[in-house]
Amino acid sequence: MMDNKRRKFLKMAGATVLAGISAPAIVKLSSNPAVAAGDGGHEAPAAAHAATDTHDEEQSSGVRLGMVIDMRKFYQNQGMLDEAIAACIKAHNVPQIPDPKSEIKWIWKAGFGNVFPEHSQKLRSEKVKDNQFPALCNHCDNPSCVKACPTKATFVVEKNGIVAMDFHRCIGCRFCMAACPYGARSFNWQDPRPFIKEYNVNFPTRGRGVVEKCNFCGERLALGLEPACVEVCKGTGAMVFGDLNDPHSEIRKVLDQEFTIQRKPAAGTKPSVFYIV
Amino acid sequence: MIEKTLKGKPAYWIWLGILASLIAIGWACYFRQYSFGLGLTGMSRDVSWGLYISQFTFLVGVAAGGLMLVLPYYIHDYKAFGRITILGEFLAISALVMCLMFIMADLGQPLRGLNVLFYPTPHSMLFWDMCVLWGYLLLNLLCGWVILTAERKQVPPPKWIYPFIYISLPFAVSIHTVTAMLYCGLPGRHFWLSAIVAPRFLASAFAAGPSLILIACMVMKKFANFDAGKEAIQKLTTIIMYAVIINTFFFLLEFFVGYYSEVPGHMHSLEYLFFGLEHHGEVYNNLVPFMWAATLLNFGGLGILAYMKIAKVFDYRLVGTAAVMIFLALWSDKGLGFVFAGFVPNPLEQVTEYYPTMNEIGITIGVWATGFLLLTLLYKIALGVEEEVEH
Repeated sequence: MMDNKRRKFLKMAGATVLAGISAPAIVKLSSNPAVAAGDGGHEAPAAAHAATDTHDEEQSSGVRLGMVIDMRKFYQNQGMLDEAIAACIKAHNVPQIPDPKSEIKWIWKAGFGNVFPEHSQKLRSEKVKDNQFPALCNHCDNPSCVKACPTKATFVVEKNGIVAMDFHRCIGCRFCMAACPYGARSFNWQDPRPFIKEYNVNFPTRGRGVVEKCNFCGERLALGLEPACVEVCKGTGAMVFGDLNDPHSEIRKVLDQEFTIQRKPAAGTKPSVFYIV
Repeated sequence: MIEKTLKGKPAYWIWLGILASLIAIGWACYFRQYSFGLGLTGMSRDVSWGLYISQFTFLVGVAAGGLMLVLPYYIHDYKAFGRITILGEFLAISALVMCLMFIMADLGQPLRGLNVLFYPTPHSMLFWDMCVLWGYLLLNLLCGWVILTAERKQVPPPKWIYPFIYISLPFAVSIHTVTAMLYCGLPGRHFWLSAIVAPRFLASAFAAGPSLILIACMVMKKFANFDAGKEAIQKLTTIIMYAVIINTFFFLLEFFVGYYSEVPGHMHSLEYLFFGLEHHGEVYNNLVPFMWAATLLNFGGLGILAYMKIAKVFDYRLVGTAAVMIFLALWSDKGLGFVFAGFVPNPLEQVTEYYPTMNEIGITIGVWATGFLLLTLLYKIALGVEEEVEH
């Protein structure tokens, strides 16, 4: 049943993407009328049971798509992570360039110490040491790349919080790459097309001289589909995708129950990707 | 006045010929880069800015450094700088032209450069940098030309130009402050995320700019019979000396913050610059020789200047040597180390070192040659006018 509901939500999320900036569609995006009305900011869950005495993070209103990555599911099945990455590469015509200098990466594997360099690396459990973690764009609520971009070629999609790219506006200054604390952005140092292994006609290829990164599958959401990596993990709960601002969404239920961490929270970028380690 | 550039001794034409050949090489290299993409450079996913942006950063400082000549003359009425103030303004013009060329060379999509104007984005520091750089360039073109024209006609500069001169003073500070803000406002880049970046940039700029002018004065003394005057030269060395001391002090403060607090992110880049960064059993240290050379040149140059003050000697060769040493030191620090080390380690604490390619160096030299060509022509005009007035 849960799955059905999520499906529906995603369909509607997709519909709004297609509809462009149509305001009424935003209302339908969330199952919670309060959120839909635009004052979801007051619904912040921490306010209800603030056991800690810390400064609360300000919450954006409206839909804010996010992801929970449950590493417990990947520990048993690292192959699934490879499949998820492969699905992304296929869906987005991500070129496979052998030279690490020029690599293009949307979602990729890295060690715990690389994904979470600000966490202590000593005396970690074997599971954490032996496994690879997925790294991807965090679609931050306060993205420093968007702040840095001098042409608004990278921007927050207002209706769902995705940090998107306009490949046709990007001038290739790479300020966003310097600004991103997560190394999530890649630059096309050369024509990427010869390096595309399997060509997907439903997604544009990029030319040289522009920056690219994970787009949370905005184009798939528009068709009512889940992000490619999430779809691969279907039924396992390894990747849960949904509206962080909707208290009734599946992702919020996971976040309410589990202890999660974000990458470099001290950077103040408010990442929308959470990890259960 | 442009006709002044058409007459010169053989040495002048040989110099222009050398610069023109370097510019031609630069264009050939740029053509290759333009057809293939920035993959012809040594930049990478991890070190996404290289020589172009580091030279840009350094040259913004050289442009701002002209302030140290303009300010004493116009605000403090320091007459000894009368003959060289125009050199400061013209240096700023050449340096800014180089800056803009380096930015263009660095863009992945240079033809889309105007998007910065079509979609002005005030929350991006790059937008503001464009505004102040162009503003300062136009101000210097205007002020330089009007003042030189007045000098040629042997009349005082028109009154309306003074507001522009006064505006240009804070503008000089702003170009380097905003350039510092490109770096020091980025979360997750610990080496750059420091409030002292802008002051340090300014201090080093106020040494690097005047040092280059001193070098130019020495060259023009030898080849063009131009004497800036002993008093002006001595005052410039004093300014350079204090600026170097302040810059060194600021840099040492960075060391203190890093190594006393022992916050890893604040030590990594400094370690990489001066001692080499050990990572998975490998030591990455390709900037170490440059940084220690810079340290030696910095203190060496400072020592020579201090010796001249204390022993009350004045020797053009010593002045020239000190100026070259300090210029090279500041270039290594800001024109190489500052930008490259900010990317090491990368946000995932992996280490990729940056080695510029020959093609990239060719373009870089081409841009420098363009700047020096412009500087030569502008100085030739300035000197020509002064000669004409004296006769």
